[in-house]
Amino acid sequence: MRLFSHQRPELPIVDHVKTDGTPWTLKEKLWLGLSMPDYFKQFFRNPVNWLMIGIFAVGLPLLLQRYIYGLTAVTHASNDYPWGLFLGFGLFGMVPLSASGFMLGTTVELFGRKDFHPIERLALLNGLLGYFFAVVYLEVDLGMPWRLPYPMVVSLGPAAVLFLVAWHVATYLSVQIAEVLPAFFEWIGWLKGKRVIRKMVLGLTIAGIILSTLHQGALGALFNYAPAKIHPLWLSINFQWIHFFCSSIFGGLSMVIVSSTLIRNFAGWRCDDTFKKSLDDITLKLGKGCSLAMITYLVIKLVAVAHDQEWEYLLTGWGGYFMLELGVGVILPMFMFAAAVRNNAPGLARAAAFISVVGIIWNRLNTSMIAFNWELYPEIPHWKEVWITITLYALYFITYRFIVYRLPIVYRWKGER
Amino acid sequence: MKSTVSRRNFIKGGLAGTVAATVLKENTSQAASFEGYPEGMGVLVDLTRCVGCRSCEAACNQEQKLPQPAKPFNDFSVFDEIEHGQKRRTDETRYTVVNRYDVPGQDHPLFRKIQCNHCQEPACLTSCFVNAYTKTPEGAVIYNAKVCVGCRTCMIACPFYIPTFKYSSAFNPRIMKCVFCYDTRLKDGKPPACVEACPQEALTFGKRSELIKIGQQRIRETSGKYEDHIYGEHEVGGTAWMYLSSVPFDKVGFDTHVPKEPILNLVKDFLGIVPMVLTIWPALFAGFHLLATRKDWLKGKTEDDHEEE
Repeated sequence: MRLFSHQRPELPIVDHVKTDGTPWTLKEKLWLGLSMPDYFKQFFRNPVNWLMIGIFAVGLPLLLQRYIYGLTAVTHASNDYPWGLFLGFGLFGMVPLSASGFMLGTTVELFGRKDFHPIERLALLNGLLGYFFAVVYLEVDLGMPWRLPYPMVVSLGPAAVLFLVAWHVATYLSVQIAEVLPAFFEWIGWLKGKRVIRKMVLGLTIAGIILSTLHQGALGALFNYAPAKIHPLWLSINFQWIHFFCSSIFGGLSMVIVSSTLIRNFAGWRCDDTFKKSLDDITLKLGKGCSLAMITYLVIKLVAVAHDQEWEYLLTGWGGYFMLELGVGVILPMFMFAAAVRNNAPGLARAAAFISVVGIIWNRLNTSMIAFNWELYPEIPHWKEVWITITLYALYFITYRFIVYRLPIVYRWKGER
Repeated sequence: MKSTVSRRNFIKGGLAGTVAATVLKENTSQAASFEGYPEGMGVLVDLTRCVGCRSCEAACNQEQKLPQPAKPFNDFSVFDEIEHGQKRRTDETRYTVVNRYDVPGQDHPLFRKIQCNHCQEPACLTSCFVNAYTKTPEGAVIYNAKVCVGCRTCMIACPFYIPTFKYSSAFNPRIMKCVFCYDTRLKDGKPPACVEACPQEALTFGKRSELIKIGQQRIRETSGKYEDHIYGEHEVGGTAWMYLSSVPFDKVGFDTHVPKEPILNLVKDFLGIVPMVLTIWPALFAGFHLLATRKDWLKGKTEDDHEEE
């Protein structure tokens, strides 16, 4: 894209009309204003796309195999480990990283912090896509994916924690769609729809906080069902939901730092000056929020160990692994964020965000797979399961990129808004 | 443009939150009033009587129309099968399994039959978000494949690793587990197939409350023969299938660390905060919003006043 935006001043598209006054058609908007040969030229020039093609070439047949021959064809079909990577990574890992939507929605709309405005839409989109793909992962993992709406309409088990997760994720997904729609309405030029959403924004934001508090926590509380299976250090009956909720705060904020960094570096043509100029400042402010959330999380983690009298476990091998997870995944990025804020070093905050995102995923995998059945045997996922997980993540990546390239997420629409 | 929220918009926002709260309100009372069925039936398994003949496995296989196993039921080499360092367990082809334990200091091996223990307050049932499980008044925990979504939370929640999933089926998968022969026998007051097949009377079928008395009696009358504990009397809130053993239970594969209360109790604290968050959060955060944007609002108001003049 970089090449074309130099040659053609009207690109990238930021308005309903071209420089000569004729309107862009929807088709032209979809093709980024490029002719088809030009579009594919830039598409195949990008090595990332070749990587994607490689992943899909193997991954899509594997997905087909999963739907034709069942889960047994692509996983170890373990009865001891009913949940594998699809849920351990896809659901438990993606959802906390998607807390960005409600975090920045709250900051901007509810607390009136307009200084975060340039990144609000990216945070909302990051949230929406994270949730959407968590559901996609779920649809691969469920034994009967066609029965996804059953807990809503066919047979209700309202006393189950998963019931709460299902309802809240479904409702929150609708809330997030509504929150991202204004960008879409601007892009297609239907401003009436945007105004309708604008009026609901406070209600949507508050609904977002409620639903997020509950289902982020509920994902943690799900593990309370397995008190005799999960290593005591990764399961604290009283604090599990708070651990999950609190870690989702810095998880979501870190993810939006990571995402904005990638967009700024690799899709700079798409960002407008406001976004580029304010990003360093916003990154540091988000980093400050992260380090505060992290110290809170650490304290609650410590309280949980003390409350459950688990000090002696810390001296075992599992304890060492537990402290490694906290040390690398939380304490290290926490100090990096703090140093970045103090020394005004956004680069350091970005590095910290990368580490903290990995740390969150590591924690969720530890809880759901590694410390799970710690007294039995470790489960190493089938390579096909790993590949499908990567394929779905690649799908998430290209969807994310497709939207950021087009909708006014990291730039301001110049036309009528 | 005015950046403050008018009273009308504020009320609208608050209302939307409240409506969301009302619509989404969880109903936890059903689970809270569930006390189990104390008059339900159960089985007392006496490990000292079991000789490992696998007749129960064969009877179950036939009764539940499960596929023929690779090795016949009179092949005792299966006791040496080890997978992932574990002895045999239930899977989609077998609802019950007998395992051999060579306990040091015992002159003969002990055999332990595993199957669904049919908990009084089953974790599978309480963790299921589509109510696929039912605890019947007769004591069985049965499963309805018609509503199951295949999320496998029940397998996570079961402290005894009993429910298994028919992973091999793409279009008709389901949970496979012992149902106490509910449809074919228990419903009519008959004992399950495995109990009927046992030649050693290692399995005693009866009312759960009676079985506890029988178990206590056996422990009392043969001093020193049994461990002074009926496994399942209190484990995870009590199970319909209970065990007597002559050696400590952890020596014969039992998990002695399972909680002595129903698994449901461990999630109650979390479920308890749900109504609080749903009702308090909207008002709390709308209040935060008003406080945070008070200055803008005041500014907007003075501007309005000027405009009016």
